[in-house]
This record gives sequence, C-alpha cells and structure tokens, in this order.
Amino acid sequence: MAGRTLYDKIWESHSVGVLPTGQTQLFIGLHLIHEITTAPAFDMLREKGMDVAFLERTFATVDHIVPTDIRTRPFLDPEAEELTQALEKNVKQFGVEFFGLDSMNQGIVHVIGPQLGLTQPGMTLACGDSHTSTHGAFGTLAFGIGTSQVRDVLATQTLAMDKLKVRRINVNGALGTGVYAKDVILSIIRKLGVSGGKGFAYEYGGAVIDRMNMEERMTLCNMSIEGGALVGYVNPDQTTFDYLKGRRYVPSGAAFDRAVNYWKSVASDSAAIYDDVINMEGKDIEPTVTWGINPGQSVGISERLPIPDEYADPDGARKAYEHMGWQPGAPILGTPIDVAFIGSCTNSRMTDFRAAAKIAQGRKVKAGIRALVVPGSAEVKKLAEAEGLHEVFKQAGFQWREAGCSMCLAMNPDKLNGREICASSSNRNFIGRQGSPQGRTLLMSPAMVAAAALNGKVVDVRQYE
Amino acid sequence: MTEIVKIVKVGGTAVPMRGNDIDTDRIIPARYLKEVTFARMGDYPFFDERFDASGKKKDHPFNDPEYQGASVLFVNKNFGCGSSREHAPQALYRFGIKAIVGESFAAIFAGNCTMMGLPTVTATHDEVALMMKTVEENPKTKFTVDIETKTICFDDKRIAIDLPETYRSALTSGCWDSTALLRANLDQVKKTAAKLPYIGGFAN
Ligand code: SF4
Repeated sequence: MAGRTLYDKIWESHSVGVLPTGQTQLFIGLHLIHEITTAPAFDMLREKGMDVAFLERTFATVDHIVPTDIRTRPFLDPEAEELTQALEKNVKQFGVEFFGLDSMNQGIVHVIGPQLGLTQPGMTLACGDSHTSTHGAFGTLAFGIGTSQVRDVLATQTLAMDKLKVRRINVNGALGTGVYAKDVILSIIRKLGVSGGKGFAYEYGGAVIDRMNMEERMTLCNMSIEGGALVGYVNPDQTTFDYLKGRRYVPSGAAFDRAVNYWKSVASDSAAIYDDVINMEGKDIEPTVTWGINPGQSVGISERLPIPDEYADPDGARKAYEHMGWQPGAPILGTPIDVAFIGSCTNSRMTDFRAAAKIAQGRKVKAGIRALVVPGSAEVKKLAEAEGLHEVFKQAGFQWREAGCSMCLAMNPDKLNGREICASSSNRNFIGRQGSPQGRTLLMSPAMVAAAALNGKVVDVRQYE
Repeated sequence: MTEIVKIVKVGGTAVPMRGNDIDTDRIIPARYLKEVTFARMGDYPFFDERFDASGKKKDHPFNDPEYQGASVLFVNKNFGCGSSREHAPQALYRFGIKAIVGESFAAIFAGNCTMMGLPTVTATHDEVALMMKTVEENPKTKFTVDIETKTICFDDKRIAIDLPETYRSALTSGCWDSTALLRANLDQVKKTAAKLPYIGGFAN
C-alpha cells in the first residue's frame, strides 16, 4: 500500500460519510470558540431549538475585543461590552466550558488551546478564526471556519468539507543567527504566493523544522492561511510529546503512553505520496520584512524594494506602493516606524518574548516610538513575569499589557492613528488591519520589532547578535 | 426543517471590482465585527474605500450610481483572502450581491459564501476582463449566471464558468444550508467519534 500522509490518516478516521452534495462529513475533535464569530451561530441554534451536540469537545474564551489595559467592566466601548456579554450569556445557557476574563487560562484562542493541552496530534480542530492553522504545529488537522460552519459544529460536531491536496515543504539545513520561524514562513509565502496554497494542506518538514520548538512551529503553521493554505501542519515527534506531557487536558500515566502511541501512528509514513514537494534551504533565509499590503510582499533585510514592472504581480506592487508611499528600489533597511507591536497569535509566546527581551535588555526604545508587548495568554504573562521579562521590556520603554489580540486587528482600543507605520510581529499587513484606514504595517519577527523599536526604524537584528 | 431553496439561476446587472487579493478586511473593516447580528452588514461593504473620514463618498464602484441595484459582482484573483469573517459575504449579500464571478477565490471565503447560498464561480482571466469591460461600457447589461449548466449569458454571449462540483450540487439541490443535512446523521457521527481513541481520553 502506498504511504499515507498525516492528512490522509486523520481525514479517514474522522470521516462520518459522504453527503449527497459529494462533500465529506468530517468529525471535529475539538471546537474552540471566541466572542467575534459566534453570536449569530448561537442565535441560529436557539432559533432552531438545537443544543450543542458535543459539549465536552467545545471550549470558549474571549480575546479579540478585550482591552489589554483597563479591564474594569463594563468596558469603555459599549459594543465590546455587548459582544462579550453575548458570549458570556451563550456559554452559560448552553453549558460550554469558558475561560473568561477572570480565568488564569484566558488568552488568544490559538495560544490557550496548545497551552492547556487541548490541542493534540491526530485530531481535527475547528475555530471561527482563520489562524486556526496554528494548531497544526501538533500534527492536528486544524482549520478556520465561518460563522455558519461554527453553527454546524455546535449543532453536529461535524463539517461538510472537500479533501485537500498535500504539499510537502522541506526547509533543509539550518537557519543563521537572528533568523526565526517568522522569517521562514514569510519566505515560504513570498516564494509560493498568497494564494499559492489554495486547495492544499501544507506539511512542513526538513531539518530546520525538526529542530524548532513547539512555539516556533506554531508561528510557522499560524501563517499557512496567509499563503492560501487552509491547513498547515508538522508531523508530531518527541518535541511534541515532551511539550504536551503534564498539561491540563493531556492524559497521564498509562493513558499518556497510549496517547503517544496513537500520536506516533498518525505521522506521515516515510513513503507518503505528496501532490507536490518544495525544497528550500535554511541558509538562504534572511530576517524578512513585508513592504506591501499582503504577507507575500516581503524582502530580506539586505534587499531593495522591487520595481513594479519587474515584480510577479506589477499591479499588486503598484497598489501597495500607492498605500505605503515608499520608493521602488529603495532599501527596506532604515524605513522609519512610529509604533512597535509584539504580540498576536503568531508571536506572543515565551520563545518570542525571550528573543525580543534579549534585544531590548539594557537598551531604550527610541523617543517618540509607541511600543507595546502583549502576551498571548494570562499564562504567558505569568511565566514571562516570573522570568522578569516584563521588567526588561518596561525598563526599555515598552508597555506591558494584559492578554489579547490587541493591535493585530484593532477591534479593541489598541490601534494605529492616521498614517502611522507599525513594526509588527502579527500576521497581516492588509490596508486598515491595525485600525487606521491609512495605517501601515511592516510584518517581521519579534526580535526585529524590538530592534526597530530601539532605533525608530527598520534595522538588521543581527547587529545585536 | 427550514424550507429548501434551490439556487440554480441568478441574474441582473453587475458591478466590477478590479484588483487581485482583495482581502476581507477591505470588504468589511474589523470594527463592524463588533455588532452582535449580521442585520446591518449591508451598509458596510468596502466602507473605508467608499467613505472618507468625514463620511463623504469617495469614488468607488459600490458608490457609483451606474451600478446601483447590481446583483452580480465581478472580481479578479484570490478574492476574499484573509480573515474568515462571514461578515464579508454577509455584507456583500445584504448589499444586494447574489453571485460573484471571478478568476479565483480564497478557500474560506468561497465556503462561507456557498453556505449562505451565494455562488462564487470562476472564469478565465480574459473572460473576466471582457465581462468587466462590458459592464463598464454598458452598466445596464444583464447577466444570467446559471449554476446548473455552468454558464453565464449576457448580450448574445455565453461563457463557461466553473465552481467545485460539491458547491454546485449543494446550491442546485438546496442543500447549501448544511446544518440539517449534517444533523440527520448524528447517530453515525457518534459512532465515528467512539472509534477515536482521544474521545475516551485514551482510557484503553
Ligand atoms: S491575534 Fe490576530 S490573527 Fe490571531 S486570533 Fe487574534 S485577531 Fe486573529
């Protein structure tokens, strides 16, 4: 029998049957919900008199809309208060386990799932948020869904889905110093395009990925969707098992051993057949920065900005320059910034904060720069404070906040103003994404954001290494 | 069970929205996701491109009186990329868009649209260009998108369109509102779940 991929195996074991439409009905092992995409879904459930089919597989938190500074209720923003209350009411009425604002487990949904050990290898996982691909770091089939699909999962714990093809992406060799998982995924998206992953699940492998810790793998898988791939994953290995051991929702004792056996069994076979294979070399990847208005428009720190006519998508480049206001052909190095943001489900974990703190240690944020560090979860905040990282940041002039999505999408008070330029460790540089229709976003690694904050402009983080 | 609505043919005048990689943050800015229901989404599509800070209308196809009342939207490549927010298709649908024709669509967006009964169909680059040009030259042109035969007709022309077979069948059979369809198999769902070792907490 031909070798199978992790994707094939999980797809098969979770298939309930084929629907009259030809789509597969797929069982969802874990459903994570948050305040933004769920209110209409619960309304529909109520309208139809349905309950939540698999309550014990459903967990909720609040992350997108919550303020990260003053959290007294009611929130200053009445709409944020209303939406939060809607979720609080819904989880109570339907009996869903909820990590609310007063919980030590509150945080960005893609940070808390893994941290609690809810996210496990060999599962299907859905959440009404496109960055659900993050959980693929564990060898989980995880995908973002829309509100009607949230309703389907609540009502049936299943989704109607079409099977994807699988593209294996090998990152071989090793990364240089100052080059992080963020640079790897930005390079992959640059190479394959923002829609290059359409119809594919991305399986990441190769020596660089094998060596990554779980938090780095999460950064990598998180942005799969920015490359157009609904699903991105890494096969589970000893690093995965070690990370999971002892976490709250992970079985212990003999059950843990049985779990590990199952987790090993779902990894892609060595002779697995892929629909496509891509090879990249770790040594070719530089610290990477986006210059445009989608995550594929990026350059290595030593490169110059592209000339539209020489660029793969000349119109896209022109549109980007129109918004960003740069000169084609100019170096990215030295681009001024106004705001520095370290946070989001891409880069708000301990690995990210340690890397950024190493740069910030004993130095000062340039005068006039607004700099924020926002932990991905209450737990990350606690751990970082136990290591004293918050002091490093505060002494350097960064604000240290409560857990939430913050300036990643600015549905809360953290926003860009006017034409401000933000060095951001988040995942989207779309026009208006950070709260100002004229605002500008440069995506980069947390260490690069820290370095930019100190200098008031884009610099090469390797000067500090 | 809700009434079955089969979506076979959709038609009317059209509006062109040029550009590749138009993301859902552009289709509906995040601040409108704060609303608890979708009821007002029809007021917001492309809001920040249509209105300046003082609320004054800017040049935008969705503001252009020529295109008012359009029910077919023409787009280019990778339309609807980015955030999974269903508010984006809801905004377009409630604005009056009943079919989207483009070169390609982002996966989550196309799935969201189909589940609302809003077909997203593809044509080649040249064909989309021709149709956009046709609308721009004569905004009164009527287009008929036929999901059953996978064609789009206007003037005396007929162009082949494409969409995933599963989407086509869901729309034309009225199974696009999938909840009832999925819920009918709940017993089978429980059986599938029972076979997964993690569901029982790896108890044996
Ligand atoms: S941090 Fe940003 S991308 Fe991640 S879940 Fe929150 S809003 Fe979405």
